[in-house]
Amino acid sequence: MRANLFTADANDLRRRRARGSVWQALFFFATIIGLVALAVLLVSVADRAFGLVVVEDAVNPSTLADRPLEQLSGAELAQVLRENLRPARLRAIEREQGRLETQTPAELLGLVTDEIVKPTVEQSYYLFESLFQRGRIEAEAAVKYPGARLEFKAWLTPAFIQNSMSATPENAGVRTALFGSLWIIAITILVAFPVGVGAAVYLEEYASSSNRINRIIQTNIDNLAGVPSIVYGILGLAIFVRTLGRFTSGEAFGAGGGNGRTILSAGLTMALLILPILIINAQEAIRAVPNSLRQASYGLGATQWQTIWHHVLPYAFPGILTGTILAVSRAIGETAPLILVGASSLINKDPNGPFAFFTALPIQIYNWTTRPQAEFRNIAAAAILVLVILLLSLNSVAILLRNRLSRRTT
Amino acid sequence: MQNEMITTPIGRAAASDAPLLRRLRKRPRIGEALIRGFLFFCGAVSILTTLGIVFELGKESLLFFQMPKVTLLGFLTGTEWQPTVGKFGVLPLVSATLMTTFIAMLVSLPLGLGAAIYLSEYASPRARATLKPILEVLAGVPTVVYGYFALTTMTPILRAVFGEGRVNIYNTASAGLVMGIMILPLVCSMSEDALNAVPRSLREAAYGLGATRLETAVQVVVPAALSGIIAAFILGISRAVGETMIVAIAAGSGPNFTFNPFDAAETMTGYIARISGGDVAYDTPDYNSIFAIGLLLFGATLALNILSRRLAARFREVYE
Repeated sequence: MRANLFTADANDLRRRRARGSVWQALFFFATIIGLVALAVLLVSVADRAFGLVVVEDAVNPSTLADRPLEQLSGAELAQVLRENLRPARLRAIEREQGRLETQTPAELLGLVTDEIVKPTVEQSYYLFESLFQRGRIEAEAAVKYPGARLEFKAWLTPAFIQNSMSATPENAGVRTALFGSLWIIAITILVAFPVGVGAAVYLEEYASSSNRINRIIQTNIDNLAGVPSIVYGILGLAIFVRTLGRFTSGEAFGAGGGNGRTILSAGLTMALLILPILIINAQEAIRAVPNSLRQASYGLGATQWQTIWHHVLPYAFPGILTGTILAVSRAIGETAPLILVGASSLINKDPNGPFAFFTALPIQIYNWTTRPQAEFRNIAAAAILVLVILLLSLNSVAILLRNRLSRRTT
Repeated sequence: MQNEMITTPIGRAAASDAPLLRRLRKRPRIGEALIRGFLFFCGAVSILTTLGIVFELGKESLLFFQMPKVTLLGFLTGTEWQPTVGKFGVLPLVSATLMTTFIAMLVSLPLGLGAAIYLSEYASPRARATLKPILEVLAGVPTVVYGYFALTTMTPILRAVFGEGRVNIYNTASAGLVMGIMILPLVCSMSEDALNAVPRSLREAAYGLGATRLETAVQVVVPAALSGIIAAFILGISRAVGETMIVAIAAGSGPNFTFNPFDAAETMTGYIARISGGDVAYDTPDYNSIFAIGLLLFGATLALNILSRRLAARFREVYE
């Protein structure tokens, strides 16, 4: 009854092959998980940025006029405002925004909505339940909020981008945060780009690797790239906000005053944070420049700097640019260092310069995410969409520029 | 015309040799030297950054340890962190960091390595060209978005699966799982680089001996790339230890010495973010403690990074 040698082998081989295909499926599964996670993440954000809301009005709009408000003329809307608002409030509005008669019907309609109708979101639903369980939601809303109406709301609207911070989620927007982020990024690029490219040029073109100091610089840059971003935040707090507070607050230049928790401090901290990444990317781009180019330039009598400026850098530029944009997109999404440097989410005034106090998009997302009310989760999702769109467009610009420039050089 | 241009200088040189030699000698060029100096300064900025980090963390930590109620031993072994009542034991913060890191690695090691093996050993070039960029997008998602995802999606899933009574709204499991997804692309791409660096001849030898694809991958290629894979893994740990926003949003605020993944606990980074969230006053115990914990964080991640780079370098030496 001894098993045939050949059948045993065939069985064994079949088993090994079967095990092979099981594991192949597992490896494939592991690869797919990442994609699934990305999809779930995006869907869950979109799910919260749109959906049905239950809106309750303080005053029913149909009691204000005999026609829908949208059809009223400017004069009629002004009349509605005069009839329904207390005189003191009316005077305050006219002092801030000018006489009612001088305003456009659209502005007046906004005033009527904000001051008299005062719609408030009582409850919000996610996109998918809004789409697939509308019946249940309608029944629930009718029981819980009898006088309210159910409407579909996109939390990401042009108004959301134009409005500044507000205590009520319906009126809040990311305008201040967007400007803050752009200011910080501008300073980050202004500082990090020249210094980073300069360091990369030095390390690749001038420094000999046998020199001890140069080796230390290189190792040091590699290590800095792995330092957690929050440690950079601590550094920014200690150096830029505290020690150099006189300069970063603008006091030394006769501007601003107050303390060093400004856009300038945030920009400089971010510059230090992305510098190692930027240097490493730029080094790679410079290293890819063929040596024959340098030798041809030297052969024609150019000096080292002439060679670098006229030949090496133009050739490496697309690579450097891509690396820079990648580093900058990291800076746009960084939150932790900004918390340390003193971003404040309560600011609703557009930043007017490097010495202004600031908030930024990721800070706003963080703040809204940690609020207990559900509606803040909705606008956090909308703000995430703004951030993601910003990052995606930046990366597309990088890819376009790189393709365009590299076609020219080759 | 062209001929003339080439011969003229030589003709002139023949007339008198001495001035020519002087002209050809390397002249000091002030502009070039200045530029070089500036570029060196750019490189040195990184050294200044490191010195700045070490100096500031060291200085303020020293102030922290000079406070009457703080001792180094108490700091490292105490299990209660309550600065307001003078209890400065860092272990609750460390334990939370270890919990989230451990859970994150539990996700990202098997998945990252599996994905790396698939991409380098199984996938067709075309599949690879589509799958890799998508994984890279995952690496580019801002961490605050991951934090949002953890709190609004992962936590409700955990609470639905394990029961609302057992799972706190803020818990280290949710933060750790999402952190694992965040680190996955890093572990995957570094491991894949290591696997790709293994010479083809090793695979061919294994196939020649009759090994299946799986046996070749697991018994030949992975062991050959092991130090590179471990380097990827250690770098992943370092990233997890230093990650802030996910834990600040989803893991909870308030130190808690616990090893229950469904409980709220505050990590080192979470503590720093929470304390510095308001306008923290200078030279208070809170302010100084940020730096002491920052120093611990900096030391831990630096050690991990150096270890990872050593391993990766050794691996490169073997095959190049």
